[in-house]
Amino acid sequence: MPVIIAAFVCGLVFGCGLQISGMTNTLKIQNFLDLFGTWDPSLAVTMAAALAFAAPGLWYARRRGRPLVAARITWPSKNTIDPPLWIGSAIFGVGWGLIGLCPGPAIENLVTRSPQIAVFVIAMAIGATAIDAWRMRAQRRITEATSTT
Amino acid sequence: MTEFEPLRAAIGGALIGLAATLLMLLNGRLAGISGIFADIISPGTRERSWQLAFIAGLIGAPLLSALAGYPLPVPRMPESWAAVIGGGLLVGLGTRLANGCTSGHGICGNALLRPRSIAATLIFMATAIVVVWIVRHGMGG
Repeated sequence: MPVIIAAFVCGLVFGCGLQISGMTNTLKIQNFLDLFGTWDPSLAVTMAAALAFAAPGLWYARRRGRPLVAARITWPSKNTIDPPLWIGSAIFGVGWGLIGLCPGPAIENLVTRSPQIAVFVIAMAIGATAIDAWRMRAQRRITEATSTT
Repeated sequence: MTEFEPLRAAIGGALIGLAATLLMLLNGRLAGISGIFADIISPGTRERSWQLAFIAGLIGAPLLSALAGYPLPVPRMPESWAAVIGGGLLVGLGTRLANGCTSGHGICGNALLRPRSIAATLIFMATAIVVVWIVRHGMGG
């Protein structure tokens, strides 16, 4: 239960940060990306401020090792810059630029009950599920190939 | 036009950084929203309870601010449903393939100076800038 409450509070603080900074506003994101038009530098300031807190915070958490509430800490294990990373990031960039929504603000905007937001989030879920299904199939093929040889 | 409000941008950013720090310090988990979201809907996941709680907090935040007199305005979305669906699909496909989005790579990964996240951030920023340029200026706009 304490783990769940902690996660809820973190989501709440994260959501307040997105709303206060204006990152839930699709126009503000697109204006940040529009370097040669109506440029709005907000996102750069938000990102710099977020990094100024997260960098020492995450470094301290790593040095400390054991988390305060949960039993153990997990770090991302992948370190290679492989084709899925750059192809995936490029695909994400196209969608992000087109609409001005990344996953966090999209989910938070569900609260506005906009049908467009709901459809966007459902499409996002379908996209992510498609990648999971494709990865599982690829994994199965590898297992089959190794078991027949 | 949107107004550049550096103070709001900085306060909001600080809260985002604080939330990412808290999730790691308390629960030992990285605040990557695309991953949290995709894990919840994936059948293989075993950590759904805290992930759902995080998402509930994220959606609950504007309810809190509405009580304080600052409701979250409905964001502007394209008229075309094809664009809305296409955009959502691209964001879902891309972030799952790259294992992260603006929160996981853009904030947490960059804060840890992970080369993977720095590369991901440069790529999605660059492609998004090109897409906005094409849509707003390149197509007779």
